[in-house]
Amino acid sequence: MDLLNALVAFLNFVFIPAAAYGAQLALGALGVTLIYGILRFSNFAHGDTMAFGTAITIMATWALQAIGISLGPIPTALLALPIGIAGCALMVLGTDRIVYRFYRKKKSDPIILVMASVGVMFIMNGLTRILIGVDEIRFDDGARFVIDVRSFREWSGLSEGLALRTTQLITVIVAVLVVWALFWFLNRTKSGKAMRAYSDNEDLALLSGIDPEQVVRLTWIIAAALMTIAGTLYGLDKAFKPFNYFQILLPIFAAAIVGGLGSPIGAIAGGFIVAFSEVAITYPWKKVAGHLGFQSDGLLQLMSTEYKFAVSFVILIIVLLFRPTGLFRGKSV
Amino acid sequence: MATSRQAEASSKWRAPVLFIVLAILFILEGTTRNALFTGSWNTSLAILNMGLISAVTALGLNMQWGYAGLFNSGVVGFVALGGLAPVLISVAPVEGGWGAGGLRIILALIVGLGTLVLAAVVWRRVQRKLRVLALLAVLIVGFAAYRWLFDPAVDAIEANQAAQFGNLGGLGLPVLLSWPVGALFAAAAAWGVGKVALGLRSDYLAIATLGIGEIIVAVLKNEEWLARGVKNVTSIPRPVPYEIALQRDPAFIERAQNWGMSVAELSGIWVKLCYAGLFGAVLLLLILLAELALKSPWGRMMRAIRDNETAAEAMGKDVTGRHLQIFVIGCAVMGLAGAMMITHDGLMAPTQYNPLRYTFVIWVMVIVGGSGNNWGAALGGILIWFLWIKAESWGPQLISLLTSPLPAGAVKQHLLESSPHMRFIAMGLILLLVLRFSPRGLVPEK
Repeated sequence: MDLLNALVAFLNFVFIPAAAYGAQLALGALGVTLIYGILRFSNFAHGDTMAFGTAITIMATWALQAIGISLGPIPTALLALPIGIAGCALMVLGTDRIVYRFYRKKKSDPIILVMASVGVMFIMNGLTRILIGVDEIRFDDGARFVIDVRSFREWSGLSEGLALRTTQLITVIVAVLVVWALFWFLNRTKSGKAMRAYSDNEDLALLSGIDPEQVVRLTWIIAAALMTIAGTLYGLDKAFKPFNYFQILLPIFAAAIVGGLGSPIGAIAGGFIVAFSEVAITYPWKKVAGHLGFQSDGLLQLMSTEYKFAVSFVILIIVLLFRPTGLFRGKSV
Repeated sequence: MATSRQAEASSKWRAPVLFIVLAILFILEGTTRNALFTGSWNTSLAILNMGLISAVTALGLNMQWGYAGLFNSGVVGFVALGGLAPVLISVAPVEGGWGAGGLRIILALIVGLGTLVLAAVVWRRVQRKLRVLALLAVLIVGFAAYRWLFDPAVDAIEANQAAQFGNLGGLGLPVLLSWPVGALFAAAAAWGVGKVALGLRSDYLAIATLGIGEIIVAVLKNEEWLARGVKNVTSIPRPVPYEIALQRDPAFIERAQNWGMSVAELSGIWVKLCYAGLFGAVLLLLILLAELALKSPWGRMMRAIRDNETAAEAMGKDVTGRHLQIFVIGCAVMGLAGAMMITHDGLMAPTQYNPLRYTFVIWVMVIVGGSGNNWGAALGGILIWFLWIKAESWGPQLISLLTSPLPAGAVKQHLLESSPHMRFIAMGLILLLVLRFSPRGLVPEK
C-alpha cells in the first residue's frame, strides 16, 4: 500500500496543484505570445491587465450574488466572466487606440513599445487598486471540494488523503476548452488564418489584402479574454491580490520564452513546464520518500517556497543559454 | 541643418533654467506654508536627499538606456544588493556569529560558485556524447555538497542570539567604504545576468533583469543569516553627526541661539545638509565622469553602437562586449545609490523594495529628464522624486477639490480613500505623455 500512498501524496501535493497552476500560466503565456506574435513586443502590462480584468469579474460576481444568482456548486465568477472580458477588452482596445497605435504607425523600435507598456502598467495598476483596493479578496463560492480528504480516506482506506478543489478542476476544464477554441479559431476560421499570416509575414499579409488594424483589434480582444480568464482562474484558485498579478509576470514570461515567443503551442507547454518545475522543486519530498521506504531527517526540499520565482528564472536562463528561440522555435528577432 | 542648430541654441539655457525652477520648488517647500507646501526646511531637505539618491540611480539607468538602449527592469534588485553593503561592511560583527558557522558558509558559497564554473568548463571541454551526463553529475554533486555545508551553518548562525541578531553582522569598518562595495556587489550580479541575456533579443534582457530583481529581493527577505531578512537591521552607523550629539554640544546650542532657531530644528537641518553635501558631491562626480566618458572615443563608440548596431559591428566593434560593459557600469552606479540610501536611512528593511517604486519610477525619471543626457537624468530624478512625495499630499487635496460638488456618500468616500493610488496613474500618464509628445525629455541629448 505504500506505493499507493506515495502516489496519492504526489498527486495531492504536486500533480494537482501544478496542473491547475500550469493551466493558469499557459493561458497567461498564450496572451503574451499572441501579443508578441502580432504586435511584436513584450507586454509588461500583462499582469496588471490580468488583475484589471479579474477586478471587473469580481465586481460583476458581487453584483450577481447581490441579486441572488448563483451557479450552485460552480463559482458564480464563471457567469461573470463575459462581463469581465468585455470590460477588459474595451480597456485594452482603448489603450491600443490611444497608446500603442501611434508607435505602430511610426514603426518604432519594439523596446519603445515595451516602455509604453510600462506606462500602461502603471495606469492599470492604479485603476485596479482604485476599483477594488489592495487587500486580498476571496471570491470563490459554491462547493469547495470535488473530492475532500476525509471521504477519500474512507473510500480508499489509505493513510494519505487526496483533495481536489472545485476551482482546480474548473481551472483545468476551462483551460482545455479555451485552448481548444483558440486553436480552432486560429486554424479554421478566416480571421484566425489572417492573424497567423500577419504574424508570419506582415508585408505578405498586407499584399494579400489583410487589414492590419482589424488583425490587431482581434488580437487585443482575444488577449483580453485570455488575460481575464487566466486572472480569474488564478484568483479563484489562490486569492485575488493585485500585487501577486504583477509578480506572476515573471513565470508567464518564462513560460512564453521557454515555449518560444510567438508559438501558441509552445506557450502551453511552457506554462506546464514552469509550473511543474516550480512545484516539484519547492515541494518537500520527505513524505513521498517515506512512503517509498527512504526515511530522511531533512525535508528533502530542493528550495524553499519563497524562492519559487528563482525556478522560473533558472528555467529562463537555461533556455536562453541553450536554445534562445525556445522549445518550439518561436520568433528569433 | 538650420533646424538642428536652432534646437541646440534654444537648449543651451534649458537645463540651467529647469534646475533653477527645481531649486525654487525646494525653496518654496522650505519657506512657505500653505496648502501646497509644508514650509519646513527639514521636509524640504529630506526630499532633496532622497531626490539626490534617486538622481544617482537614474544616472545609472540612463547609462544603460540612454547610451546603449538596454532595457533594465530589475533596478530594484541592484539597488537592494547595494543596500546590503552598509550592513556587511559597517555594522559591528555579531559575537559568536562567525564562530557558529561563518567559515562554513563562505566555504559553501565557494563550493556553489565553483560548481557553476566547473559546469561551464565541463560543458565546453567534454566531448559531445558525454557532456550532458557529465554536466548533470557535476551539478547534482555540487548542489548536494553545497546544501550539506550550507544548511547546518545557517541554522547555527541563526540560533546565535536569535532575538537580537541571528546573523553574521558586518566588519565594523567605516560606512563610507560600503558605498564602493555596494557598487561592486551590484556589478558582480549584473555581469552574471548580462553574460547570459545580452547579445540576444532586446526584450530578453528586460525579462531576465525582471527575474534577477525579484530574486535578489527574495534573498534579502529570506536569508536571515545575511542581514536578518524581514527582521531588519537597524542602527547602521552614520558618516555624519547624530542629532542627539549636536543637541548636547554647547557650541552648537550657542549657534542655534544666535541664529534664532530651536536646537532640535537646527540639528535636523544640519544633519540633512551634511548628507546633501555628501550625496551632491557623489552625484556631481558621477556626472563629471559620465560626461568625460561620453565625450571620449569610448563614448562616441557607444553612441554609434546604439544608433546603428549593424554598422558598428561591421566596423569591427564588439557590440555584445560593449553592452556588457555599460550594463555592468550602470548597475554598479545603482548599487552605489542603494548603499547611499541604506546609509541615509540607517535601516535595512528589505520589504521596502517594491519594484514599482524602485524600478519603474526610476524609468519615469530617466524618460522625463531626457534619456541620453546625464544632467537630464539627474534633473528628472530630483523632480520626479519631489512630485512623487508631494503627490502624497497633493493627490487627496486634488481629489477632495474635484469631488467637493458631489454629495457625501459612498462614491465620494471611495474616491477619497483611493486617492493614494492616484500617483501610480499620474506616473503612468507622465511617462506616456512624455514618451509620446516629447520623447527626448526635458533636457534632450545634445
